[in-house]
Amino acid sequence: MKPRRFNMRSLILNTGSSLLLPLLVLFSLFLLLRGHDEPGGGFIGGLVAAAAVALKLFAEDYKAARDMLRVHPLQLVGIGLVLAAVASLPPLFVGESFFTAQWWSLDLPIFGELKLSTPLLFDIGVFLGVIGTVLTVVFTLAEAEHS
Amino acid sequence: MDLEVLVALPIIIPLLLGALSLTVLSNHSAQRWLGAIGTALLLLCSVWLLLHTREVGIQVLEVGSWPAPFGIVLVSDMLGAIMVVLASITGFATALYSLKTVRKRFERFGYYPLLHLLLAGVNGAFLTGDIFNLYVWFEVLLVASFALLILGGERAQMEGAIKYVTLNLLSSALFLTAIGLTYGLVGTLNMADIAVKMASLEDQKMVTVIASLFLIAFAIKAAAFPLFFWLPASYHTPQVAVSAIFAGLLTKVGVYALYRVFTLIFTADTGFTHEILLWIAIFTMLTGVLGAAAQFEVRRILSFHIISQIGYMILGLALFTPLALIGGVFYIMHHIIVKANLFLVAGLMYRLGGSFELKKLGGLYRNHPGLAVLFLIPALSLAGVPPLSGFFAKFILIKAGVEASAWWAVGVALLVGLLTLFSMIKIWNEAFWKASPEPNPAVPAPTRNALLYWTIGLLAAMTVCIGLFAQPIYQMAEMAAAQLLNPAGYIEAVLGGTTP
Amino acid sequence: MTTLMAILIGTFYAAAIYMMLRRSVVKLVIGLILLSNAANLLIFTVAGMDRGIPPLIPKGELLIEGPAADPLAQAVILTSIVIGFGVLAFAVVLIHRACEVVQTDDMNEMKGTD
Repeated sequence: MKPRRFNMRSLILNTGSSLLLPLLVLFSLFLLLRGHDEPGGGFIGGLVAAAAVALKLFAEDYKAARDMLRVHPLQLVGIGLVLAAVASLPPLFVGESFFTAQWWSLDLPIFGELKLSTPLLFDIGVFLGVIGTVLTVVFTLAEAEHS
Repeated sequence: MDLEVLVALPIIIPLLLGALSLTVLSNHSAQRWLGAIGTALLLLCSVWLLLHTREVGIQVLEVGSWPAPFGIVLVSDMLGAIMVVLASITGFATALYSLKTVRKRFERFGYYPLLHLLLAGVNGAFLTGDIFNLYVWFEVLLVASFALLILGGERAQMEGAIKYVTLNLLSSALFLTAIGLTYGLVGTLNMADIAVKMASLEDQKMVTVIASLFLIAFAIKAAAFPLFFWLPASYHTPQVAVSAIFAGLLTKVGVYALYRVFTLIFTADTGFTHEILLWIAIFTMLTGVLGAAAQFEVRRILSFHIISQIGYMILGLALFTPLALIGGVFYIMHHIIVKANLFLVAGLMYRLGGSFELKKLGGLYRNHPGLAVLFLIPALSLAGVPPLSGFFAKFILIKAGVEASAWWAVGVALLVGLLTLFSMIKIWNEAFWKASPEPNPAVPAPTRNALLYWTIGLLAAMTVCIGLFAQPIYQMAEMAAAQLLNPAGYIEAVLGGTTP
Repeated sequence: MTTLMAILIGTFYAAAIYMMLRRSVVKLVIGLILLSNAANLLIFTVAGMDRGIPPLIPKGELLIEGPAADPLAQAVILTSIVIGFGVLAFAVVLIHRACEVVQTDDMNEMKGTD
């Protein structure tokens, strides 16, 4: 089996992707935060963010996508897992069972009430973990195609 | 109340360690430190959990404070706690052994994070009280094991991995199917709750169907007859440290799952299910040991012996008497340590003798008498020579078999013990006793292997200790068996108002 | 509807087993996909095929009015889809590498370790 090189530069995709990218990233963050009490969440948000990077991969090339991410995707998985694991610990300090959700409410001058919680931290962990996992797979396959 | 968190620690520690070592993927020394010290910490915590469970009774942790049948619970009974300790021992030994044997290339690929993830999955499976959560932990450890299995990317590894992956995914799909049917039947996923609701059903036919599905799914994972082919095709291909932890732990997760569901949930129709288990046990013992007799590669011989040993463990469950369950639990304790150790010894034999093939090995006794002794301890224990750990394990099981008048099982167990001894003597004669086929085998400087010797020696010392101080170990197995035979205690602990 | 689903699920299982028994590794993967989807559909069906509202409690209330869908089964399916996705991604990469190393996709040729 001879590995085929894929090359599908297209001006339309290239221009379109530079417009779409910020939108996709913003949309993924929106999904992540909306997941708080409405449909959405870290998993789906992570998938959208990973799709943004994958779009970069298709529109430009492997190297551009890697540069956009800056870190190794496996490191993202690591950070995500650390966050998710750490999110399980705070209840222990207030004498509640492991993984019980903790909520803190902050009053900000202009924006109003800001609700922070351990599920949010967990969700951010999931978000990073999903991006990392999906991109590890995508990059591995792209690398195999690349070389 | 505060000690409740102890139940979660054996899962959360390796998970955190794995995540941390993923973030420092390119820093080799940090990874090694996290591996060695982290698994040592895990071992301490799990021993603490075992002692606490022995002292206080079954420990239940309701994750996220969701009450029992609705949320996920982590349960540590004697069996679960014992298994977690064994997993941590194997993990610690493997991490130590890996310090000197795993190449930097594999470390960059993520060897240590995968090792931690594997341990988290195994411990999670041992501690969870929720059947779907058990499936999730199975998948966690499977994914980690897939990646560890192909570390190195050689042809044999790829071929082995395809079979391993396929059969294990098939088993996972069957497991999921069984979970789906269970949920449809009783509408709950909590194992204690399932046990209560299944027992109160009028129509037990569907229950037996589900039991059979669970039996097939777990029997594939445990490499029981007739679904064991994936094991000898794959276990001898990866790095030695990986082989050792696979041999010690992975099939035992399947055995543990069998023990759990066939003592807690499916006990209504033992005439059917446990009779099948008995014949599975007999044929597993026989085929494993006969397969080993035909092999001349050290790791393949050991792989086939895993299968035959699985047969003994299932025998303990199949007889389903107090003594047989004690024997089964004792056997698992003895086997995990001995088997992991034998694979590590095989790795050292390769480093010193240059091959895994018995034909090319030789003269190891003359050149490395220390290794010869360290091989003999686990090897003779595996065969069941007194006063090592394997003797007591086999003795209890065979006594239980005699009491239950399962003569076929007793006969086969005795015969298989003899054939195991034959296999071990075969390795001894070929690799250690006979003169080396090459006049001057390349012998590396002995100091480089000191850590490996220490690791193997540590496990060998445990084998000897289990044999010499069998009484306290027996008592723990007895407690575990008593809890298994009386599931009311487990159900009471999970469902009966342990909320703070 | 449930009968129809039962037939569909049975077909899925049958097709999966058939594909897995073929010699090509690619078909093996397709078989595995079908198998995990069959199991997911099974859970979906046994949890009840009633038409219900989403199991979200409206703001300011404590209960849902009227029949709601069973969230647990959906959570279970979602989890197993995610797991299946991850495992499948791994299997595809594995098979890609295996085909490169072994130079064939025929299972009958891959018996070097038996």
